[in-house]
Amino acid sequence: MRKNMVVVEGSYAVAHAVKVCRPNVISAYPITPQTHIVEDLAQFAADGEMNCEYMNVESEFSAISALIGASAAGARTYSSTTSQGLALMHEALFNASGMRLPIVMTVVNRALSAPINIWNDQQDSISQRDTGWIQLYAEDVQESADMTPQIYKLAEDEDVLLPAMSCMDGFILSHVYEPVILLEQSLTDEFLPAYDPEFTLDPKNPMSFGAFADPGTYTEFRYKQEKAMGVALEKIEEIANEFKDIYGRYYGGLIDGYVLDDAEIVIMAMGSIIGTVKDTIDELRIQGESVGLLKVRSFRPFPTEAIRKALKNAKVVITLDKNISIGKNEGALCTEVKACLHNTDNRVPVIGFMLGHGGRDIPINMIKKIINKAKLVEKGIFIESEFADLREDLA
Amino acid sequence: MSLLKPGHRGCAGCGDAFAGKFVLDALGEDVVIVSPTGCLEVFTTPYPESAWGVPWIHSLFENAAAVASGVEAAMNALGKKNNTKIVIIGGDGATFDIGLQAISGAFERGHDITYICVDNEAYMNTGIQRSGATPLYASTTTSPHGKVSIGNPQHKKNMPAIIAAHGSPYVATASIGYAPDMIKKVKKAAQVKGPTYVHVHAPCCTGWKFDSSKTIEIGRLAVETAMWPLYEMENGEITNVRKIKNRKPVEEYLKVQGRFKHLFTMDGKNEGIKKVQAIADWNAKHFGLE
Repeated sequence: MRKNMVVVEGSYAVAHAVKVCRPNVISAYPITPQTHIVEDLAQFAADGEMNCEYMNVESEFSAISALIGASAAGARTYSSTTSQGLALMHEALFNASGMRLPIVMTVVNRALSAPINIWNDQQDSISQRDTGWIQLYAEDVQESADMTPQIYKLAEDEDVLLPAMSCMDGFILSHVYEPVILLEQSLTDEFLPAYDPEFTLDPKNPMSFGAFADPGTYTEFRYKQEKAMGVALEKIEEIANEFKDIYGRYYGGLIDGYVLDDAEIVIMAMGSIIGTVKDTIDELRIQGESVGLLKVRSFRPFPTEAIRKALKNAKVVITLDKNISIGKNEGALCTEVKACLHNTDNRVPVIGFMLGHGGRDIPINMIKKIINKAKLVEKGIFIESEFADLREDLA
Repeated sequence: MSLLKPGHRGCAGCGDAFAGKFVLDALGEDVVIVSPTGCLEVFTTPYPESAWGVPWIHSLFENAAAVASGVEAAMNALGKKNNTKIVIIGGDGATFDIGLQAISGAFERGHDITYICVDNEAYMNTGIQRSGATPLYASTTTSPHGKVSIGNPQHKKNMPAIIAAHGSPYVATASIGYAPDMIKKVKKAAQVKGPTYVHVHAPCCTGWKFDSSKTIEIGRLAVETAMWPLYEMENGEITNVRKIKNRKPVEEYLKVQGRFKHLFTMDGKNEGIKKVQAIADWNAKHFGLE
């Protein structure tokens, strides 16, 4: 396997993965740190390596809007964005999911303004939680690339038909050079069938898309989106396994565990921080500490049952969030994990730590400090949720 | 039967409905229609019904030109474009105001699309609020006349000129009061390759406050007074204008509409009417209508 590896930038690995998925229409608008992906795709198109319409649009709002039209016309579609660009798309994100258009976007996670900041956290995609888009979070560059055909297959499944975001941390993954295996065209063609939707804009068979629904009909549209998310819960596992059969790589389906089964302290997180947490756990395990990791790969649909099962032996749960719901003093993962346990007998304490906002570095020592704080719960000192990395001189 | 089927929820005497019908009469079945949010969108598609006998998509208020760009790109990519016309039918709010950026982008990119602005000169779907298309002194719910207000204080934006400045190969104005002329222009716009634009004046009996039997008549009065000049522009140059014989004074157009009634009753009324007349005079001179 090693001989197939090349050292490329994360953005290139993802752009290459998009290319082998054979999208028909790509819309592009530059925004850091997403830009390298659309630049690489532009070069593929310019070199005649892609048979697609590559559209330079005048805003992210038009980037997503163009894909809504293209997807309704039967195309496999792609764009990538981040931060302000994703926020600008907000209204259209609801529209794409309500119309059940399986648009795929890479979200290169970045902080939101103000203050303006181009570095990584996950406030952007977390803030789009309720738009009806599938959200998967990748741990490293290879997973970011591999997630691309997986998420197309998921979004386009005829029982799902939901738009989907493949989330990768800005700079940490998008700009890092790592040895990766670029996705093979032949394997991708085997894994991902051509997109052939039943309903399209076609003069031979006219249909109306985006009708007006009154109180008598609106609710069922939402209900059916929720039902489709339920189907996606099952398909994510299935598709991850199919991917493993064809490409030989696996990252978990909805969730993944790392020395989890016997762990008394379980750390939960999403995205590139997983690597740091694993290194921390490796060190602590040598010292005999009972610490494990529960990686959340799918945030929408939220894997309630899988998480309940995975946490059944935990004595303390730590959630790490690169986002905050201001006014709740919690990150989204913390809130959702608490909520998912509430109607069960499992009364394990869930302690939330927010960190890494605006790209602040997260070293191993910080994870260790967090674990030590969480351990205080055994002595009856309970922290509900707090910032883990505040600078006292500025706070 | 028209491809815009009867039984929709448009008001009696609705100018938008005429416009929608004339557009489909001009284009036939081989089209994809994109509608931004607005009266026409709402009254034609109360789920699960639809008045559209052609493929139709509505996404949002401000993105129709971008959606149409995507439809065109997809049909090209999939080899399905052939002679199919991709046509936007949008109101003045969606065109002059909230959707202008997406229109600019689409026209700059040069998609093979036709944009039809159906201009009833205010946000009628939300209840007669002023837009960038509302004419000077028209009373709307957000530009009402009052003790210290003479109605909408701004001039109507010159939308066809903005489109022409993008290098559009074909820009035309039309009126539902002159159906054969409008149909001819819509056909031509669809046939010309590239992004083309037809700006259709469409009186609204509800918003302009006139009897629903007068829609066509008032549409014609706008043209006959030079308040709405009819012309064609090809590659930025005016190539055709509809001449007016015996131009009527603007009073004849203003006095039959409730939205201008205050101009005839308020103090210093003549000053207001004079200013409106000056707009018509400028149109007549600028476009060589006489």
